[in-house]
Amino acid sequence: MSHLVLKLYVAGRSPRSQRAVSYLEALCARELAGEAELQVIDVLRHPELAEEARIFATPTLVKESPAPQRRLVGDLSETKVVLEWLAAPSGQNRTPREET
Amino acid sequence: MSSEGRIASVSKLATGIPGFDLISDGGLPKHRTTLVSGTAGSAKTVFAAQFLAAGIREANESGVFVTFEEPADDLRANLRSFGWDVEAWEREGRWAFVDASPRLDQEDVTSGSYDFGGLSARIGHAIERVKASRVSLDSLGAVFSQFADAATVRRELQRMSWSLKNYEVTAVMTAERTEEYGDIARFGVEEFVADNVIVLRNVLEAEKRRRTIEILKYRGTVHQKGEYPFAVMPNSGIVVIPLSAINLEQRSTDRRISSGDTELDAMCGGGLFQDSVVLVSGATGTGKTLLATEFLGRGAQRGERSLLLAFEESRDQLFRNAAGWGLDFAALEKQGVLRVECAYPETAGPEDHLIRMKDIITSFQPTRVAVDSLSALERVSTARGFREMIVTLTSFLKQHEIAAMLTAATPSLLGGESATESHISTITDTIVLLRYVEMFGEMRRGITVLKMRGSKHDKDIREFTIDQEGMHIGRPFRNVTGILSGNPVHVVPVEIDRVDHLFQHGDRKEPR
Repeated sequence: MSHLVLKLYVAGRSPRSQRAVSYLEALCARELAGEAELQVIDVLRHPELAEEARIFATPTLVKESPAPQRRLVGDLSETKVVLEWLAAPSGQNRTPREET
Repeated sequence: MSSEGRIASVSKLATGIPGFDLISDGGLPKHRTTLVSGTAGSAKTVFAAQFLAAGIREANESGVFVTFEEPADDLRANLRSFGWDVEAWEREGRWAFVDASPRLDQEDVTSGSYDFGGLSARIGHAIERVKASRVSLDSLGAVFSQFADAATVRRELQRMSWSLKNYEVTAVMTAERTEEYGDIARFGVEEFVADNVIVLRNVLEAEKRRRTIEILKYRGTVHQKGEYPFAVMPNSGIVVIPLSAINLEQRSTDRRISSGDTELDAMCGGGLFQDSVVLVSGATGTGKTLLATEFLGRGAQRGERSLLLAFEESRDQLFRNAAGWGLDFAALEKQGVLRVECAYPETAGPEDHLIRMKDIITSFQPTRVAVDSLSALERVSTARGFREMIVTLTSFLKQHEIAAMLTAATPSLLGGESATESHISTITDTIVLLRYVEMFGEMRRGITVLKMRGSKHDKDIREFTIDQEGMHIGRPFRNVTGILSGNPVHVVPVEIDRVDHLFQHGDRKEPR
């Protein structure tokens, strides 16, 4: 399995943001032990990164690698959903499209 | 609600959208958000974009366009058709897009609660980057399509609307509605988004579309009420026609000009007034186009800039007819004193024609204009649209002290009133009627000046003929009554004398 690269975009340090960060860190430690690269980006401090990634809602968890890119919106409180999302096989898009 | 007395009314930001600043008494409420709601195809996106474009071009104000529905690339291409080079403005740092439209590969899963922090951060970043004072968001309904939880969307949109206040920007948010005369907007966004609401309509009436804009409410300040027609012009965007907001400011002149026919001048008491609008009404073939041709042609020959707005015949036909009456239109055009613009009325609605006519008049600066014919334009208008167009056109012509001749066709060959006449007879200063007169097995022609505001005029119905030198007005019909009603009847002279005595007209035959 190729290297998992995750980016979590949050807005400041609101309770929602902190929840998302802690849930994700716990999940990574428990389920992916060392197999995942995780980066947390605060859109309030780096709006240009949010613009680049076209982030709309926060928190948004972006799976950058392996392709294709997928996104999960929300505070990640529903662990089951997050796990299913992480485990979903690649190439599930209806319209396969080269990432530009 | 705080006491209105002490608080100064909200100031306005002039948008630069033609006609809008007039009907809104100054523009949009400054540093506030205004909701622009409309059905599909009602030009909401154009309004939102034009608000920014006009800001850049007229007021040197930068803008941010947040798009929730159309991708930025599509918008760049679409807006170019209005002559707005958005890409150039982006390079110059005067326009910024925040593209929040659905991504093609979007298959976002939602889990748990969320907010629009990402979007807000991007908007704030864009505003600061280009130092924007104008922001457009298009459209709110599309946000509801992207996120399933309507309650969250509502809450976040409201928060976003509030937070815009921190940036001291004037904002336009567009929203959809499904009925022209129903709820203000879908999802009830008007309740929580803005205190200021504008409605754009694109009403289908008797197979014709009519675009209107209505300022429904402005919190804390005034505006004109009711619907105003507007058009979306291919090279300039939205143009609002501020009908009743036009003040009756026309100066009046008593300078006279020739109608192109010396006999008609005499019937009018010495010619037409420089700023008058003349309605020439008659059945087909009675000579309306001839009168208009002479009016313009002889004016042009004297060096007066003359403009023909033709909706009935082709250029070739018009030029050929004019040549047949001794007027070389081609030569006059080449000299630059004559301009002929032909258009098929069915190509556009009355508002579009009106704006096009005003544009041509503004660029050519004529002192004489003829429209041949109004009836052709009536075909493509609703009754209200037509009347509004005439009022606006005549008002515009008078403001510029242009002498205008407008032709109208009567429906029946022998007479009767045309619908056009009933609309505009009160607006025009001079009315000239042309009629067929059936007499002793021949069709003859009569002309009369029915009304001439501000001057004495000939009350007779005179006979006229047409030949290769144009129109020749001759003697009055005698012993004939009922010409105008379409039932000419030869009357015995004794009867005429009797009737004559009943009316003590001292000023019977007095061309000045």
